[in-house]
Amino acid sequence: MTKSSKKSKEDEEIVDSGDDAWCWLLHKGITPSFFCIALFSLLVRVAVSLHPYSGAATPPKFGDFEAQRHWMEITLNLPLNEWYRNTTLNDLSYWGLDYPPLTAYQSYVHGLFIRFFSPESVALFTSRGHESYLGKLLMRWTVLSSDALVFFPAVFYFIVVYYSGRNQRGRMCGIAWHIAIILLNPCLILIDHGHFQYNCISLGLTIGAIAAILSDKDLLACVLYSLALNHKQMSAYFAPAFFSHLLGKCIRRRYPIFEVFKLGIVVSGTFLVVWWPYVHSVEAFFEVLSRLAPFERGIYEDYVANFWCTTSVLVKWKRLFPTHQLKVLSLGATISTFLPSMIQQIWAPSKKGFLYGLLNSAFSFYLFSFQVHEKSILLPLLPASLLASEEPFLFTWMTLYALFSMFPLLHRDKLVLPYIALSALFILLSLAPNRRQETRETNAFRSIVTTFFPLCSLILHVVYLSMNAPQRYPFLFEALIMLLCFSQFTFLTMYTNAQQWMLLKHSNLVDKEKKLL
Amino acid sequence: MESQSTQKLKNPPKPPHNPISELWWFFAAATCVKLLLIPAYRSTDFEVHRHWLAITHSLPLSQWYLDETSPWTLDYPPFFAYFERFLSIFANLIDPQMVHLQNGLNYSSDTVVYFQRVSVCVSDLCLLYGVYRLTRNLDPVRRKLIWVLVVWSPMLVVVDHLHFQYNGFLLGVLLISLSYLEEGRDLMGGLVFAVLLCFKHLFAVAAPVYFVYLLRHYCWKGLVKGFGRLLILGTVVVAVFAVAYGPFVYHGQIKQVIHRMFPFGRGLCHAYWAPNFWVFYILLDKVIAFFLGRLGFKIQAPAASFTGGLVGDSSPFAVLPQITPAITFIMVLLALSPCLIKAWRDPRPMMITRWVAYAYTCGFLFGWHVHEKASLHFVIPLAIVAVQNLDTARHYFFLSIVSCYSLFPLLFESQEYPIKVLLLLLHSMLMWLGFSAQFTKDKTLEMAPSGKNKDSHLELNRSVIAAQKGGFDIGWVVWSYLVGLLLVEIWGQFLHPIFLGAKLPFLPLMLISVYCSVGVMYSFLWQLKHILVS
Repeated sequence: MTKSSKKSKEDEEIVDSGDDAWCWLLHKGITPSFFCIALFSLLVRVAVSLHPYSGAATPPKFGDFEAQRHWMEITLNLPLNEWYRNTTLNDLSYWGLDYPPLTAYQSYVHGLFIRFFSPESVALFTSRGHESYLGKLLMRWTVLSSDALVFFPAVFYFIVVYYSGRNQRGRMCGIAWHIAIILLNPCLILIDHGHFQYNCISLGLTIGAIAAILSDKDLLACVLYSLALNHKQMSAYFAPAFFSHLLGKCIRRRYPIFEVFKLGIVVSGTFLVVWWPYVHSVEAFFEVLSRLAPFERGIYEDYVANFWCTTSVLVKWKRLFPTHQLKVLSLGATISTFLPSMIQQIWAPSKKGFLYGLLNSAFSFYLFSFQVHEKSILLPLLPASLLASEEPFLFTWMTLYALFSMFPLLHRDKLVLPYIALSALFILLSLAPNRRQETRETNAFRSIVTTFFPLCSLILHVVYLSMNAPQRYPFLFEALIMLLCFSQFTFLTMYTNAQQWMLLKHSNLVDKEKKLL
Repeated sequence: MESQSTQKLKNPPKPPHNPISELWWFFAAATCVKLLLIPAYRSTDFEVHRHWLAITHSLPLSQWYLDETSPWTLDYPPFFAYFERFLSIFANLIDPQMVHLQNGLNYSSDTVVYFQRVSVCVSDLCLLYGVYRLTRNLDPVRRKLIWVLVVWSPMLVVVDHLHFQYNGFLLGVLLISLSYLEEGRDLMGGLVFAVLLCFKHLFAVAAPVYFVYLLRHYCWKGLVKGFGRLLILGTVVVAVFAVAYGPFVYHGQIKQVIHRMFPFGRGLCHAYWAPNFWVFYILLDKVIAFFLGRLGFKIQAPAASFTGGLVGDSSPFAVLPQITPAITFIMVLLALSPCLIKAWRDPRPMMITRWVAYAYTCGFLFGWHVHEKASLHFVIPLAIVAVQNLDTARHYFFLSIVSCYSLFPLLFESQEYPIKVLLLLLHSMLMWLGFSAQFTKDKTLEMAPSGKNKDSHLELNRSVIAAQKGGFDIGWVVWSYLVGLLLVEIWGQFLHPIFLGAKLPFLPLMLISVYCSVGVMYSFLWQLKHILVS
């Protein structure tokens, strides 16, 4: 806290002296600055969307792009109750819907938009593998518009709430940097606008929920988070943090049971509305539910930098245990790793602690849960980006390794050029003029770490791009990347868990300081 | 208050940053976006430049201006050909097919796209250096504003990095020349300008301004000294031209080179009319022809049409007299003359950038076969003077939006539509924020000393509020013009296809040129007025 206050004073002085690199851009306050940064971020997103997507021109299965397009085709042309059912018209083995109903509704709306301009690209059956100029463009534009309509407003809401009550004018530089770093997150842009997915919607809803909690609108937070859960079941990575923080808050109020009940009603009400078409019969309900939990796929996929995949180099988990035992094992490991952060939040709920809690629970899911994909690193990355103004170094470090952990995936999608450009842009942002002035403690250990690991990843990048793996170990480089990223993620999560618990120590002190301010 | 001031005393003022490192940051950020745009739409100019790589690499120098393997013959001056020859060394190392005269035709593999696109990004370093030279002695805020206007110029992104050309590089050379002149190093300025002319002869429109200015400011120093300086200047310019054209004179091809460089057979206007004076002329012709036709006169429809794209030798006008290159030449000189007289009377280094920009504006408005891209030649230099005072800033704000918008038809595919719109919006937003910050601060500083010592703090606060209200105001005329721009765009993109369908397909483009040419004409008159008043 003392550190940050010192920083804010420094910022003030810079504004006073007029020698600020950015004050000319930010003097009108948060809204115009946000608008300006948002325009730039949109431009970057449009530029990334010029590049190939996953499974471009690779029949018969294509990739995520085709999956999303296929869902539009299905939802547009079939009645609601057949969306999740295997019928003659809906072959579930070809990219069957496996996301919750909100994704299906979103596909329907986007499908309507696309059908208006290019009916053949969402026609039943005949459109499989459809890749026309207009069709591709319209698909890209649906992601862009979702980003602009859901993610951007949510970030704006978060920024307004997060910096309300603080000295805005003096900290404008920091605020603008924070906006830019959230909106220009290279991982999210590459996955959504390069690889092709709609993570911006569920993550945007989650940010909205977080902002609502920070502004003490718990009911709104429940609605938004339930919607996020209903868009992508992976949003459950954040559930422990939301649950523990809200529970901790409730038991501090006058009627704890009533408060919990109220939240429960809101959550189940939202779920009921979203699932309305499927709750009339038990059969239909379980039909959908079974689609959402793809346990048949195994404990990990490809080379994801989590615990199971990394340790499988030494321990062959898949051979040692049957799937149902692995399920229990991974569930136990996940719960035991997010439990400490949950306990901290129930014990002493605080806004900062909540953000750390989100990061920790998402990390424990990423590292230990069942069936994790490389792309899931986006989830721990989100709370980290929200914490970026507190922990700039942590966030930069984490983003670079999160990016690196997805490198093989992006390489397969032929997205190496945007990968390089966006990493460069991100590094530039973290080095933006004026940020440099921060006094950095330079000790030997830290400087060794900050040169050794980036050097390693740089060399691995070059090796991966320029050399073929030895025939005996065709996935040697992927494994090395995974190992490096896993080691970084483990350190990071240990650090953030420790940070969250350290908050307890300082909580009294912070309260006093707040009163003074 | 007191504690604050003591604190300030404790912290000594930080040493100013090295401006070049910050400029690098701006440049690198722009380069990231440019790299992302590599797979976007590219015009035939891309193949033109690729073919020039092949010509200069595969053929001996004596054949460069004779080759007719492809319709895209070499029509830039020799230095640009040498530049292509230099690039072709690397191109040959990367992919020899790129520089093969026959096999390379319409070659469009990833390597050639990446190579050419990256070569534009790298050649922009010249622009970086030019901007650095021009701005290194300015105050930090003005400097940064200029960087944003030039290094992040949406027009350069559209023309160089989407459409494909090397304007950033060439304008960089122009800026270097201007920076020498502003420093008072006239000989170097003249030399660099001569080099620029040997890269792209279209820059010659400003030659009269350069000539008058150098004559008066550099050579006009008494009879003997002046004559000596004139001799030195002449020698330098002749030397540059000798290096460029010498080899072709040696091969006896100078006529052929000149013929290639000035293809007057191309007609007065380009297929898409650049927003200049001739738009009004054509329009007037059509209107008169229409009314005469109504009155019963027999009007022969012109053999060549402006909207058809191809313009032959026959007169495209139905009623009004034919325009020849000589007429346009005289018109440009006439328009230039007030500026030349001014430069003759009072050659000031601080005015040279404006004069050169004005010269390019004249060339753009009255020139023969002008491309809409040529508006870059005056918009970029004007960015340097835009930050000087509120008036110039207002004018630049208006002009750069109009000329950026007039480039929209270059990118006609829907994939690039959001890109050009976002570029323009972002640019306008940055200009608005930047200018209002700059002039709010200036106003506050102006008003601050007027207050008495006692209640100066109060006074200062009041003036801050007043300045924030007034800061950067562009006036309702400009506002309504810009709203009209929006309406033109909405008509062209949405309403025209709905109401008229495929009928009158040239109407949206015509509207854009006519509407933008009003804006450019206004800018011309504004610049003229300011040159005469100053």
